[in-house]
Amino acid sequence: MTEATTTFVEAINGALARAMRDDERVIVLGEDVAEGGPYLATQGLAEEFGTQRVLNTPISEGAVCGVAIGAAQAGLKPVVEIMFIDFITLALDQLVNQAAKAHFMSGGQLSVPLVLRTQGGAGGRAGAQHSQSLEAWLTHIPGLKVVMPSTGADAAGLLASAIADPNPVVFVENKSLYYRREALPDDPEPIPLGEANWRRRGDDVTIVALSRMVGEALTAADRLAAEGIEADVIDPRTLVPLDLERIADSVRRTGRAVVAHEAVRHGGFGAELAARLQAAAFDYLDAPIQRVGAPFTPVPLSPSLEDAYRPHSDDVYAAARAAVRWAHEAEPVPITRSATDDRSPGARGR
Amino acid sequence: MAREIPYIAAINEAIHLEMDRDESVLYFGQNLATTENDEFLKAFGNDRVRVTPISETAEIGMAVGAAIAGLRPVVELYMAEFMLVAMDQVVNEAPRFRYMSGGKVKVPLVLKAGYGFTAGWAGQHTGCIYSMFLGIPGLKVALPATAADAKGLMATAIRDDNPVCFFHHYLLTLEPGDVPEGEYLVPFGQADVRRSGGDLTIVATGWMVGKALAAAESLAGEGIEAEVIDPRTLAPLDTGTILASIEKTGHVVLVDQAPRHAAASALIAAEIAELGFSSLRAPIKHVTALDVTVPYSEPMEAFVLPDEAKIVEAAHQVLGSAPVAA
Amino acid sequence: MWRIRCFEERVAKLHRSLQVHGLIHLSIGSEGVAAAVCGQLRDDDGVYSGHRAHGHALAKGAPMDRVMAELMGRSDGLCRGLGGSMHLVDRSIGFMGATGVVGGNLPLAAGDALASRLQGGDRVSVVFFGDGAVQAGHFNETVNLASLWELPLIFVCENNGFAEFTPRSAHTKVERVSDVVAPYDFERRTVDGSDAAAVWSAFGDYLERARGGGGEGGRGPFLLECLTHRRRGHYEGDQQGYRDEVAEAEWARLDPIARLQSLAVERGWLDEEAVGAPEREARAEVERAVEFGRGSPPLQPDAVAEAVYAS
Repeated sequence: MTEATTTFVEAINGALARAMRDDERVIVLGEDVAEGGPYLATQGLAEEFGTQRVLNTPISEGAVCGVAIGAAQAGLKPVVEIMFIDFITLALDQLVNQAAKAHFMSGGQLSVPLVLRTQGGAGGRAGAQHSQSLEAWLTHIPGLKVVMPSTGADAAGLLASAIADPNPVVFVENKSLYYRREALPDDPEPIPLGEANWRRRGDDVTIVALSRMVGEALTAADRLAAEGIEADVIDPRTLVPLDLERIADSVRRTGRAVVAHEAVRHGGFGAELAARLQAAAFDYLDAPIQRVGAPFTPVPLSPSLEDAYRPHSDDVYAAARAAVRWAHEAEPVPITRSATDDRSPGARGR
Repeated sequence: MAREIPYIAAINEAIHLEMDRDESVLYFGQNLATTENDEFLKAFGNDRVRVTPISETAEIGMAVGAAIAGLRPVVELYMAEFMLVAMDQVVNEAPRFRYMSGGKVKVPLVLKAGYGFTAGWAGQHTGCIYSMFLGIPGLKVALPATAADAKGLMATAIRDDNPVCFFHHYLLTLEPGDVPEGEYLVPFGQADVRRSGGDLTIVATGWMVGKALAAAESLAGEGIEAEVIDPRTLAPLDTGTILASIEKTGHVVLVDQAPRHAAASALIAAEIAELGFSSLRAPIKHVTALDVTVPYSEPMEAFVLPDEAKIVEAAHQVLGSAPVAA
Repeated sequence: MWRIRCFEERVAKLHRSLQVHGLIHLSIGSEGVAAAVCGQLRDDDGVYSGHRAHGHALAKGAPMDRVMAELMGRSDGLCRGLGGSMHLVDRSIGFMGATGVVGGNLPLAAGDALASRLQGGDRVSVVFFGDGAVQAGHFNETVNLASLWELPLIFVCENNGFAEFTPRSAHTKVERVSDVVAPYDFERRTVDGSDAAAVWSAFGDYLERARGGGGEGGRGPFLLECLTHRRRGHYEGDQQGYRDEVAEAEWARLDPIARLQSLAVERGWLDEEAVGAPEREARAEVERAVEFGRGSPPLQPDAVAEAVYAS
């Protein structure tokens, strides 16, 4: 396991195969999954487990998700692939009104051990309907769990736990991480849902980053270190359940926090993190919690615009610097700022 | 001249007036114009007022297409949670076209839906899912709390050149209020300070505004003066008015009928925590529903939902300024 | 059928006196379908229903006292008072769930049928839906999948001519739901849903063939359209400005219970004396159920947070 030979998507593929070998209740459904899917995440599964357990579906996201929920309620463990989180919009009634609520509304009689794998994130020049980061919605729905791995090892370990979990889990994979290589053991251990990963230690500022932004945060942290600023970098790995204590502990120690994700800043999950951190660490905060996210626009197609749209390590670096410098240059925040700020959507109308 | 009419009548009046004023306004959706005596049908006829099948995806999709083609549809969706059936149209189509066309087309449409009915409607008909629309660039979200705002915001929504989600609270349906006659517009992005006070800022929407005002009265009896702010639209959000209040009070309670996790109140809290950092004297306190599906049974429903007593309690905690555990 | 009728009449009264609350949708006038379909199913056959679910749950075998307790929001209710009228579930007898979003139950039932196929055995899945659901996108997606994968699923449409508050003619040009699925090449039939014997025999035929025999998971799907009537409003409290009285008189004449009773007497299955017994027994059972509900405490509020996630 010393050589970096496994890609993120191969790690997913391996985790699916192991889960299917270990438990014959595990089935895989989705568009083109028997042929491996567009990213080859399900490659080889149909050959090993047959097309009874690896089911190609029509382009019917709502019904496919519903079928998986019904099968889960009847005792199977379906792993559904919805190609792109943008298309989860077509299955939200099933996910929100059925899967998330069945256990509760049946007074505990039903459970929905379902994993919904989907891809999020921009960078593929795919435009406004194939590039979004919509995970914040799902965290607002009691009954759903939401996972966003940042490495292949985490993806493999978290997917194993997600499949074993008796609840519906949405597993959001960032497309741009798919072909990153890393060293991976042959049989990675499951990683429990709800356990944040401390990626870097430092006492000056806490950076909480999701999915692709973890790598960007580590890059930013190196740059900050060169200037004598040591950052804690924490990857929550799962948004629900959230390991708030570990994150809050760090913020209480550093007194400064940056929250970074690829979703829009306004209405992204960072707002939830910031809201909870300010309550959990109010007395310890020496600066406002900084949020890094995309601007409040759809994802643009043009390469130069898309590159500018996606948050990068530079943005994390700037936010961390702002947090660290804030105490020294403390001055009242002008309240007029929000009126013209891009994060106040449509304030100016068009 | 204002006169007292119910909240629902105020909404209907706005749609009626806008349909009179502009013949490109259409009104269609589920369960409307079910008889020939329907007011809208009589006034505007079958071409502009239509009942649709239970086909949310097609209803909203058609509205987007009609809006792009130059009309101004108002779609009656009945219950907000049914929008989940058609989220692709709400999220990927309606608010995207203007941007994706480089500004060449506009999509003026109103998605009208009721929400928040908490009288045993249980898990699939009571939801407060408005926060799901806040992270969607291009969508606007209005949540009127009074009959007058219901009329004024609906009229503004219809005239807006962007898709607007107009959520009316079911429990306010028959609530009377003074409503101006004739043309009446309430601008988007302008919060209403419903009560002034210097000790505490309470931000509430929809049905919770009334609860917040009642809590403020009760606090006034103890000598605590709360300022109650109703943002009226969550997108755009008038952070300026909220921050100005907090600069004065230093203490905030956010009231939201939705489950706490990732609620609209979290978004407001994050804005306050960042932009109002220097003003805050205590952690922001949320009074929301618990993070559960709304239960059917009455006592459990009451346990899960925010109410006046919970707002008063939160106010005490914030003003006691003891750090609140997360 | 009398059990469903008496139960629902009592629920309407309890709703008026606020002992049952929330959105209540009654199936009075179409009990024949629930009874004839569920009466032939086994406990391991999965049934999914929609917002008008009381009759299906009772006919499938859910205990009446616990259904009543659920509608009264009590801890001994089927779902501990967390689900209510629109979300009844009794897993132990294969009543897999009722859903409140029109059409949302269709793919779930297909999933149940898929599980049956993959698990082996001869379980059959049934989904009840109204004619209003046919215009929802989920219907076409599910019909397509079920036929593509030949799932042991029987679609049972209760076509009562109204989708919520508007007549079918305001919703679609296609009069018969069985015609909507014509291109999919599976068996479909329209029967008089007020004739319980006709529903029994048509469904029985489909059920036998869906079951297949021989443990290979059966085959399907099938669609049975039952033309029926909804003698009350869409929900309790509906003003029903859209109904006309002529139809109401006609529906009373077609009442499935009255028709089955006359048939029973005519054929000599029951004498005049015995024909009144089912109603008497049903009314007594309903009263016992109400007492049971009243005697059951509501769940302790702090139990709700524990109920969200399975462990």
